[in-house]
Amino acid sequence: MRDLIVIGAGPAGLAAAEEASRNGLKDILLIERDDYLGGILNQCIHNGFGLHHFKEELTGPEYASRFIDQLEGTGINVMTGCMVIDIDEDRTVTYVSKEHGLVSEQAKAIILSMGCRERTRGAIGIPGTRPAGVLTAGAAQRYVNIDGFMVGKRVVILGSGDIGLIMARRLTLEGAEVLACVEVMPYSSGLQRNISQCLNDFGIPLYLSHTVTEIRGENRVEQVVVQEVGPDRKPVPGTEMVYDCDTLLLSVGLIPENELTREAGIKIDPRTKGAVVSDDMQTSLDGVFACGNVLQVHDLVDNVTAESLRAGKAAAEYVLSGKKRGEVHSVVTKGAATYAVPQKIRCDAEGNVTMSFRVNRTIRKGTISLSGKDKTFISIKRSDMTPGEMQQLIVPMKLVGNIEPQEFVLDVEEVTE
Amino acid sequence: MDMICINCPKGCHLSIEKDGDGWNIQGYACERGKAYALSEMTDPRRTLTSTVKIKDGTITRCPVKTSAPIPKDMVRDAAKSLDSVTVIAPVKVGDVIVANVLGTGSDIIATRNIAKA
Ligand SMILES: Cc1cc2nc3c(=O)[nH]c(=O)nc-3n(C[C@H](O)[C@H](O)[C@H](O)COP(=O)(O)OP(=O)(O)OC[C@H]3O[C@@H](n4cnc5c(N)ncnc54)[C@H](O)[C@@H]3O)c2cc1C
Ligand code: SF4
Repeated sequence: MRDLIVIGAGPAGLAAAEEASRNGLKDILLIERDDYLGGILNQCIHNGFGLHHFKEELTGPEYASRFIDQLEGTGINVMTGCMVIDIDEDRTVTYVSKEHGLVSEQAKAIILSMGCRERTRGAIGIPGTRPAGVLTAGAAQRYVNIDGFMVGKRVVILGSGDIGLIMARRLTLEGAEVLACVEVMPYSSGLQRNISQCLNDFGIPLYLSHTVTEIRGENRVEQVVVQEVGPDRKPVPGTEMVYDCDTLLLSVGLIPENELTREAGIKIDPRTKGAVVSDDMQTSLDGVFACGNVLQVHDLVDNVTAESLRAGKAAAEYVLSGKKRGEVHSVVTKGAATYAVPQKIRCDAEGNVTMSFRVNRTIRKGTISLSGKDKTFISIKRSDMTPGEMQQLIVPMKLVGNIEPQEFVLDVEEVTE
Repeated sequence: MDMICINCPKGCHLSIEKDGDGWNIQGYACERGKAYALSEMTDPRRTLTSTVKIKDGTITRCPVKTSAPIPKDMVRDAAKSLDSVTVIAPVKVGDVIVANVLGTGSDIIATRNIAKA
């Protein structure tokens, strides 16, 4: 039986496998369905990665290559071009590859690090024809940056997520004309810096509270209709703007890729669409851990790395100590907090627990607190929280102390003067 | 003038005004933000990232970047100048692909290890 099988070799899987190895696991198998390691970072050729983890500004491929280089000498078994198709409750992993065919192997622990995929047009449903030229921003990123194909000449982008913003600049520099970026919400879900350096630098307009209401064209996109939306997010008649374009990019969000997780009967949080985990990144199934975008959609790869190091270390401890998880506190959210990861905190957890969450609106001045049944453990002030940016709260477990299992409340409130 | 600092994900809201011989800069949470605001007024620069063709490699595009930020108004031309560049595998992260691009003093360097096919 293997010590550990890690599924997916993006930044999450790489960091988790390496950390498990550093913590004493010997027989580790890292499985990747692509022909190369590094996951989605390979197509994110822009810079801005690694400021926290490496204290320098790297591009996506550079960030990935740091971890790929570190694999050497660890003895971790790596299989590329190999796809996991099933996980069993007894931690048997079934995978297929050209080289080995269909193989099933049992492991003492499993780390899920399959990343996420993009929401597609079907998921949001725009009326109109179904011509060529409608694609997700991530697919466009792959065509342009990995395969070297241009996707269009006149482009409209729906959604203001970071990938869409990054692609606005990329396509402009490759000679395309990006006509507009259209966002249905009254705020952008992308980082402010990307609005500045990817749209403003190139004079690309951002229309907030607008959406694409129609796609026109026979074989290829010829026009899209953009309309303002009211507070109810319904289009406002008479506000139509028609753009002549050949391409519509969709940057409308990411969903954790959890088919395998679901089929294994692992509990999923309907809010994050990722597994429910305790602070050691362990899912509802003993010995199965999750980290990276498969657990919750991250904006910063540095946070992915930090989370994955925790998962790798915990998986090693689990295998080497043979100790099962004991009792847990559960975490619920209140106020502006839309979710919290981890959803459980072990009663015997030590050191610091990092809680990740998002807010449902822009909060200029706010407070973040974590409370138990009859005590507030921690309460801090924080300004400028936006829905586009994941927030974190570090909880020193010594503030919680040794108390019976109970419900904790993570509360984010706006402070008005 | 108001601007967003692009140097880290925090995205601080900066403002900068001429103040006699110097500048009055507000809103930065670290020194990098202060330096950014000043350079936006005097000599705005950006890092360019792009790809070039690569032959005989395991993949067909090699991602690249400028080794240091170049003047903002030269970014488009620098990107265009890479259209005609082809490198031969293998390349390593940091290999110089184009030295002193457009006389900016910055090199275009590879950002991914690409082995020979
Ligand atoms: C299109 C796109 C663009 C992005 N751009 C940015 C950006 O510009 N900046 C930024 O900070 N973040 C960006 N992100 C977020 C980025 O994904 C994360 O920062 C980080 O890469 C997530 O790491 P990960 O390892 O969790 O996932 P990934 O990097 O997605 O890695 C998951 C890996 O698992 C493999 N896999 C999945 N299922 C299986 C299976 N069944 N069997 C075997 N292998 C499997 C996949 O092939 C992949 O290599 C982007 C995400 C997407 C989807
Ligand atoms: S001022 Fe400093 S902390 Fe603020 S965005 Fe710029 S680099 Fe980041």
